[in-house]
Amino acid sequence: MSTAMLTVRGLVKHYEQTRSLAQRLLGKRRTWVHAVNNVNLEIQRGETLGLIGESGCGKSTLGRTVLRLHEPTAGTINFDGIDVTAAPNDALTSLRARMQIVFQDPYASLNPRRTVRQIVDLPLMIQGGAAREEREQRVQAMLRRVGLRDDQFGRYPHQFSGGQRQRIGIARALVTHPDLVVCDEPVSALDVSIKAQILELLAELKGELGLTYLFISHDIAVVSYLADRLAVMYLGEIVEIGPTREVMDAPRHPYTQALMSAVPRVEVHARRKRIVLKGDLPSPIDPPAGCKFHTRCAQAMPRCASAAPSAVAMNADGSHQASCFLYDQG
Amino acid sequence: MGQPDLIAADAPAGQPILSLRNLSTSFNTHDGVVTAVQNVDLDVIRGECLGIVGESGSGKSVTFASVMGLIKPPGRIVGGSILLDGLELTKLAPKAMRQLRGKQIAMTMQDALTALNPSMTVETQLCEAILAHDEDIGSLPRRQQTRRARERAIEMMTLVGIPSPAKRLQEYPHQFSGGMRQRIMIAIALVCKPRLLIADEPTTALDVTIQAQVLELIAELRATLGMSVVLITHDLGVVAEQCDRIVVMYAGQVMETGTADEVIGKPLHPYTRGLLGSMPRLDDPETPIKPIPGMVPSLINFPPQCRFYSRCERRQPSCLAEIPVRVQSPGHSVRCLFPETQP
Repeated sequence: MSTAMLTVRGLVKHYEQTRSLAQRLLGKRRTWVHAVNNVNLEIQRGETLGLIGESGCGKSTLGRTVLRLHEPTAGTINFDGIDVTAAPNDALTSLRARMQIVFQDPYASLNPRRTVRQIVDLPLMIQGGAAREEREQRVQAMLRRVGLRDDQFGRYPHQFSGGQRQRIGIARALVTHPDLVVCDEPVSALDVSIKAQILELLAELKGELGLTYLFISHDIAVVSYLADRLAVMYLGEIVEIGPTREVMDAPRHPYTQALMSAVPRVEVHARRKRIVLKGDLPSPIDPPAGCKFHTRCAQAMPRCASAAPSAVAMNADGSHQASCFLYDQG
Repeated sequence: MGQPDLIAADAPAGQPILSLRNLSTSFNTHDGVVTAVQNVDLDVIRGECLGIVGESGSGKSVTFASVMGLIKPPGRIVGGSILLDGLELTKLAPKAMRQLRGKQIAMTMQDALTALNPSMTVETQLCEAILAHDEDIGSLPRRQQTRRARERAIEMMTLVGIPSPAKRLQEYPHQFSGGMRQRIMIAIALVCKPRLLIADEPTTALDVTIQAQVLELIAELRATLGMSVVLITHDLGVVAEQCDRIVVMYAGQVMETGTADEVIGKPLHPYTRGLLGSMPRLDDPETPIKPIPGMVPSLINFPPQCRFYSRCERRQPSCLAEIPVRVQSPGHSVRCLFPETQP
């Protein structure tokens, strides 16, 4: 599709495990963490794609690799017609004005020695081209928009609560007027009532500024509130992707089914039959062969252990896909 | 699964095993006195699962740290009573308290990695509790003690569903995954078959599928061991599914108490309503969320007024006074002058 704002094809990110000198001398083989494996996805302009999965499934790595905060091992990333994977460093700088990120930890992601004004000004300073007064105006407008008072602009991060710090992180990401924003667990560290405030702010800003979000979270309720489409990751691979309602109400992949059934619901009479997965996530250093989920899957068949399933369309227009042999009897 | 002895149901059901009355705990800080827990009344009925819900700073953990006798200076229990089966805990000598803790009443901590000792094997940590509290094993000769304690530790590891327990006993906490560490904490807490288990955010650090495993385990153990459980959490979904009754805390006070159906279905306190409104609905993502404006006030030298006043949309001038708890219907009480009775 030509309208896609972001197109990711065959993206792979492996990290090499560090070996100590002794280990190397003793001939320990090089090992890699298979963080992201052969991921394909597209995000349309103005859309929110929710990326869910449990810790260690590679969703944050995927979000960061898309911005080339990590160098991909293989695959291509195309942002609005520009090949991000091949962009030289100076082109990357101006590209990043258009693709930004809001980080998970509002404590670690703000420089404790800079004032709020300086923190939000930095992206504009790096981009260059704007006079000091103009930058100051944009910084102030953005800080007011995310809900900070004028007398707070000169304060340091430690003088703010978690929710306010996340507002500062959002202001820093949006001050360059990006098109695409990767939200990496932006509300996970926050209390319920504050979480709702930040979610509402993100939804409002998306409408006002015409943003496209890649929204990463392990909290399915949070993601489903904002996302138009959902992608479910397991051990570095996208196992299911489709319109939010369809994936939530009629999950097709056995992992998505277990994940959806495990989410506690507030409705009192909703005590449903829960699919409790056995065991823990396998190590991404030595992932299982075949379908990565077969070691915990209740419906695993012999072929799941040897071959990896590819994405199968679950509906007529192919917008809902699952990678599972249950739907690929061929 | 190992077959643990059932705890004798020596008192009639429906009686509280734990009763807090007017409990207040405060901390002296440089900036003033912080009353982290103020006039808390609550009962844990024998055999029930009671959910304590609240955000950070609501005093839910401090309340139960007070029950366990874990409040250290500059904090202290300034008033009220804690009755465990009729025994007043606030007047108990430290040594007697130590006898009780782990044996009658046990607590699992939120962060299993920091709560477990990283330099001791799981076996050492489990056996420590057994040797300290289990009288049957304590009365054996020395050499048999170690062997019996180890057997009991293996039994507990099996009970909480850790595969190859004998082998894994030799390992250190960092060698276990988050879900497994939480299980080990539960195993240590349950090793002396306490009558009351306090689980402080047992699943907060865990992924949903692992959370489901741990909650299932606690529910199962509650049924087989007949113990009472206090589940402290900020996740309303977890309490709605697991608990019989719910206590909602805010800024150190109990705001609402009732059965799970009442509190979730017919919430009275504006704060409970706000919490429920803040959560995206899974069954209906189209319903817009309605955040509570503002944030939790600082509790330093807090004036005698409704603690939710600054964030409440129903506030009236009369709220600027100490608010009493009123019983709205049997078993459903609320600390509010203007509770919302409309559905």
